[in-house]
Amino acid sequence: MAEEKKQNFITNEEKNPYIKYFRRDRLPTIFCSGCGIGITINSFLKGLESAEMNLNNISLVSGIGCSSRVPGYLKCDSLHTTHGRAISFATGLKIGNPDLNIVVFTGDGDASAIGGNHLIHAARRNINLTVICINNNIYGMTGGQVSPTSPEGSLATTAPYGSIDTPFNLIKLVISAGATFAGRWTTAHPLQLSKTIKNGLLNDGFSFIEVVSQCPTYYGRKNKLKTPTSMIKMFKENSINKRRAENMSEKDLLGKIIVGEFVNNPREEFSEKIESLSIKESGKNTIRKSAYKI
Amino acid sequence: MTTELFIQGNEACAMGAIKAGCRFFGGYPITPSTEIAEYLSTNLPKVSGSFVQMEDEISAIGSVIGASWAGIKSMTATSGPGFSLMQENIGFAMISETPLVIVDVQRGSPSTGQPTMVGQGDMMQARWGSHGDYEPIAISPSSVQEFFDFTLEGFNLAEKYRVPVVILADEIVGHMREKISLQNKIETFKRVMPKEDPKTFLPFKNIETGTNPMPSFGDGYNVHVTGLTHNELGYPSTMNPEDHSNLVKRLVNKILKNRKDIISCEFKYCDDADIILISYGASARSTMEAVKIGRSAGIKIGYFKMNTIWPFPEDEIDKISKNVNDLIVVEMNLGQMVHEVERIVKDNARIHLFSEIGGTLPKPEDILNKVRELL
Amino acid sequence: MVVKIYKYCVGVKMIKEIRIGGFGGQGVILSGIIMGKAAALFDNKNSIQTQSYGPEARGGASKTEVLISDEEITYPKVKNPDILVVMSHESLLKYYKDLKEEGILISDPDLVHLDVISDFIDKNKIKVYEANVTKIAKEDIGLEIVANMVMVGVITKITNILSVNSVKKAIIDTVPKGTEDKNIAAFESGYNIF
Repeated sequence: MAEEKKQNFITNEEKNPYIKYFRRDRLPTIFCSGCGIGITINSFLKGLESAEMNLNNISLVSGIGCSSRVPGYLKCDSLHTTHGRAISFATGLKIGNPDLNIVVFTGDGDASAIGGNHLIHAARRNINLTVICINNNIYGMTGGQVSPTSPEGSLATTAPYGSIDTPFNLIKLVISAGATFAGRWTTAHPLQLSKTIKNGLLNDGFSFIEVVSQCPTYYGRKNKLKTPTSMIKMFKENSINKRRAENMSEKDLLGKIIVGEFVNNPREEFSEKIESLSIKESGKNTIRKSAYKI
Repeated sequence: MTTELFIQGNEACAMGAIKAGCRFFGGYPITPSTEIAEYLSTNLPKVSGSFVQMEDEISAIGSVIGASWAGIKSMTATSGPGFSLMQENIGFAMISETPLVIVDVQRGSPSTGQPTMVGQGDMMQARWGSHGDYEPIAISPSSVQEFFDFTLEGFNLAEKYRVPVVILADEIVGHMREKISLQNKIETFKRVMPKEDPKTFLPFKNIETGTNPMPSFGDGYNVHVTGLTHNELGYPSTMNPEDHSNLVKRLVNKILKNRKDIISCEFKYCDDADIILISYGASARSTMEAVKIGRSAGIKIGYFKMNTIWPFPEDEIDKISKNVNDLIVVEMNLGQMVHEVERIVKDNARIHLFSEIGGTLPKPEDILNKVRELL
Repeated sequence: MVVKIYKYCVGVKMIKEIRIGGFGGQGVILSGIIMGKAAALFDNKNSIQTQSYGPEARGGASKTEVLISDEEITYPKVKNPDILVVMSHESLLKYYKDLKEEGILISDPDLVHLDVISDFIDKNKIKVYEANVTKIAKEDIGLEIVANMVMVGVITKITNILSVNSVKKAIIDTVPKGTEDKNIAAFESGYNIF
């Protein structure tokens, strides 16, 4: 099975312009066929190229969950941390070396359940991290449990009668907390997504990009959307651009996915404030890689 | 040249950190450790360092691990409740071999307990607090001078062995003021950068002894750091029993095989003693006083002060236990290190616990009364 | 003036044990720091200063202890103070019983009523000194908050453990910049009471 999968990757090499960014010796990935993470990775790499950034200068940080496995497959420095804590590790990494460009890969459970506090505080600080949250509305890695973004009524292994929780609107959450860039697309919008990732990468501050993504294995199977295509079709049919949504009533927007860029409102970045303080108090930038020198 | 200062233990710790090369502190306020954060928030910017007050202790240690991989000697400080919150990420630092220092200024516990009072209830948490097999390094200061010296030593050990090091202090040592002497020239252990080509470098090489060199993020090594069981490349290898066994045994052995280099203890009056008192941290002050008074009254007692708590000074304890009748472990909990002493001493000598909880130091007279009961 | 010497069994080791009690905001802890520092850095003695405080930021009970000795001090806490200084009635009630026989008790009579322990004072031959330091701070210096420095002056004079110059150096070394003169003036007012 695995061999066959590996073969497919290799034969498709010419067709996939981004394969060069992968740790080839780690392929194939653990992702299920039809998973939305593949589309997200490609959109990320396209966004990276169009932002004229080099993966060599990127550090990827992640927590726990399917989405958090992304950094392990890409050829760059990568920190695969504990559940929910990626943003706090990334905060130290960024302050420790503000020259690094840091991207956090996370999921709905990782970012907004166990890691919710770190998410809002990073947004509040406006630290220069680009957080890509692959929201599949379910805990995939542990086998299909309800998450903070699972729609009310949706089925999960821990919501066998349908979810009775009110889901988070992640974009509203991070904007309220102070994010200076926030956008949402689905895996049915790979090009728009890559453009928004590019804009997020270029924002000198806290950027949050939500990717509404399919988990056919668990979410789809539980919720009568058994194939990846039926899920992507559902995303396409239910997505409404932010501009259009502005003129619609709350009732009409029920169950819809509002997509677009919601805020791009730069303000002073956190690690730069620490740099300014260092310059003021010591006459120099914060010291780089001092563990090898002092 | 030496400088003399009359300062609080927590200040001495923070000064020791800066001397050791600490240039990042991520923390969360908690009594009785907060003065460390306050000092560093003032003084790190003056040495081109960074201070960040995080949203909780989980993120505090997370930020410290991140900063360490950025190539910065990094630290956090807390007390029992915060130390509990840090445990999962301490395990991460263990398996990912991330050098860092955690200062735990212990207070009365469990739970919120006695925030402004002394305790020594976190000894076993420092050993076993995170899940799984690992060998921590923990050192325990008994004076303001030692709080400075041990913090410095903590950074050196952290860097040398690529492990998190816990400074197990307590409220008394953290808050009391004493005179300390600072040497101008201080030896620090500098992190070792790999010399190999990034293409062939194995960041988690299965070496017999010693510690792998550590690149930073941004150095071109494209290192993958994960809390999952990983192979020598750093790639997850969670289903291979051999990879798991090799990794965990290597992490444990890099500490255990270097016990002699790591462990530090202090003895006094042990040669002809019938009874030896074993203690550490602030309790050791009461113990030393009891021994002084006892000796002057002609009682043959000695004391053994553990500076290193973990790895436990097994050989040293075993050695002293062979020539005495009784050992009394003096600690401010209901008996933690006494179990380690029992594990080592077995039938060599009788073992007793002198335990004091409630937030006050053991009284030397009370310890002596315990000694007299055994005579 | 007699200060009872606490004799340990080892040699002729002498430790003077001082406890100062009051309420938060009076600067009780600062006065302990200054005395400890004066001894350790400027009088070439050994000293330890410790403190305890309640969870209240202001107004709760506050206590500092200072041990001063010519030799190394191992046990860092006061057992039975040679000198008890009380700047609140609550601290008098809490700590007087620990005071050593023939010990020294210094109080601010505007804040403390010693009559409630008159039996104890007589029985234990306590030497009592009353100095209304808060009033003096307000009237002489015009700043109530330097009452603690007035009290340090009183303690320095009565106990004769520390040299005047060392205490002054410690004050200058410790108090916020720009407040040195007021604090030294307060110290001198206190020193000249007895």
